[in-house]
Amino acid sequence: MNDLSMTVRGKDRYKSGVMEYKKMGYWEPDYEPKDTDIIALFRVTPQDGVDPIEASAAVAGESSTATWTVVWTDRLTAAEKYRAKCYRVDPVPNSPGQYFAYIAYDLDLFENGSIANLSASIIGNVFGFKPLKALRLEDMRLPVAYVKTFQGPATGIVVERERMDKFGRPLLGATVKPKLGLSGRNYGRVVYEALKGGLDFTKDDENINSQPFMHWRERFLYCMEAVNKAQAASGEIKGTYLNVTAGTMEDMYERAEFAKQLGSVIIMIDLVIGYTAIQSMAKWARRNDMILHLHRAGHSTYTRQRNHGVSFRVIAKWMRLAGVDHIHAGTVVGKLEGDPATTRGYYDICREDFNPAKLEHGVFFDQNWASLNKLMPVASGGIHAGQMHQLLDHLGEDVILQFGGGTIGHPMGIQAGATANRVALEAMILARNEGRDYLHEGPEILAKAAATCTPLKAALEVWKDVTFNYESTDMPDYAPTASVSM
Amino acid sequence: MRITQGAFSFLPDLTDEQISRQVQYCLGKGWAVNIEFTDDPHPRNNFWEMWGLPMFDLRDAAGVMMELNECRKVYGDRYIRMSAFDSSHGWESLRLSFIVNRPKDEPGFRLERHEVDGRNIRYTTTSYAVDRPEGQRYR
Repeated sequence: MNDLSMTVRGKDRYKSGVMEYKKMGYWEPDYEPKDTDIIALFRVTPQDGVDPIEASAAVAGESSTATWTVVWTDRLTAAEKYRAKCYRVDPVPNSPGQYFAYIAYDLDLFENGSIANLSASIIGNVFGFKPLKALRLEDMRLPVAYVKTFQGPATGIVVERERMDKFGRPLLGATVKPKLGLSGRNYGRVVYEALKGGLDFTKDDENINSQPFMHWRERFLYCMEAVNKAQAASGEIKGTYLNVTAGTMEDMYERAEFAKQLGSVIIMIDLVIGYTAIQSMAKWARRNDMILHLHRAGHSTYTRQRNHGVSFRVIAKWMRLAGVDHIHAGTVVGKLEGDPATTRGYYDICREDFNPAKLEHGVFFDQNWASLNKLMPVASGGIHAGQMHQLLDHLGEDVILQFGGGTIGHPMGIQAGATANRVALEAMILARNEGRDYLHEGPEILAKAAATCTPLKAALEVWKDVTFNYESTDMPDYAPTASVSM
Repeated sequence: MRITQGAFSFLPDLTDEQISRQVQYCLGKGWAVNIEFTDDPHPRNNFWEMWGLPMFDLRDAAGVMMELNECRKVYGDRYIRMSAFDSSHGWESLRLSFIVNRPKDEPGFRLERHEVDGRNIRYTTTSYAVDRPEGQRYR
């Protein structure tokens, strides 16, 4: 269907009135994207009877220069350069009525180092466009020239490991539960027990900010008492993600400054604070030697459905540019959405310097990160010690495994829960490095480690049958052998 | 107490055979293994003393184990760790670090709370061992 250009040229192009987008220069099948172009891949579902090429050209038009009618003021500009160009439209395999539209944007359309500007262009207007039933931004290719205008992760995986003095194994965390209602003193108790038991981090939940049961200063003070006490008890660096999310930037800066003053190594923000606020906090974190944790609160409202919204792989790319150090990216085996192949794609985006296109992981473009810092993916939600071999296999070594319920819900208490997770992890890493087939021998390796560790034994017993086997709503459209051209 | 720095401190102390397998894993990855020792295990003491240089271009863990045993003869009363350095672009740091020798008795750390303005507290962690001069600790 990628046939000839229909672009009207010369004087006729600017005759007053309405003209199809595909004739206005937004459909250019012969166009070869430049190395400096930003490329977006949309999944377009046109209304019945709407030509998919026209629908795709409309997306290109409405996300760049076009409006619904011809305007003579185009002629005052280098309009051809500024028009986004849809250069390829493919039917989506096994999904009648859906099309992949590849659209190239000239670099001059975007402001340096601004996710707000990038997203205002690419997703600002088109998602409510009437001729479309649904629209999804699946992936983006960000040229090196643009990547280099962003700070990137404030700390990055390598420096985080150096600061925390932790190498060769995933880091361990837990979210304090119950997520609402604990007083500052009780909250700090959970933090102390979990860290002393062997975790590296504890975490505020997304909606722990400053509420009647616990104002933020109380939380920060008691948490830092807990962190320092656990640090002295173990001889290890510990941290707790102090959530500085608040109603205004001024409040967030105040909370971040207090966290710094108390000696915290890490603060936390929620995705819902918005892209600009995230970039501001990333700059603050870089200036203040602080690791910046991002909780992707709210993302499922637009990432989960396959036909409409923005894929999480795009959000992950934006967040790497924006400069956070941690991002929740799925567990595969836990309670929240995420099929293994798609999740693998997200993890690669966070951790690699170069992502080759890999359709079977949902990654459509080669992406060169040009030495931008790497960010640590976080696996959180419904995971426990008994899955350690699977977690290591799916998620690798540079990841934070967060066992909230899997620590705090331990029958022998929080310290025991933390110890069970740490022992399970170290035993699995030891076995992996020795060359054992840890994925298949996992249960055996855990059982052997449990022989000298009662807390692990108890954890394996309590959660032995817990799995979350539901079908994913979002998965790649291509099987490993398929190619993108049909 | 038991200091839990390094990748395997929650497991029973590794046997020499287990240590050797971990070293072999590192060498197989092309990483250079360094033996480091200290009698000041403060969590922010990054620079333990080096027992020679990182062993570049080594293929067999036996060489590292020999050096470890030499190091133990001299500094067996201190903490000794293995650190594996990866020089690949984009990493250029440690890939694995784990303790392979401990003092018989680990006194641990004192947490000092310096009460300042308001409810603020400045925390200082001090190893009990460093009350004595370097070289005379853990004896």
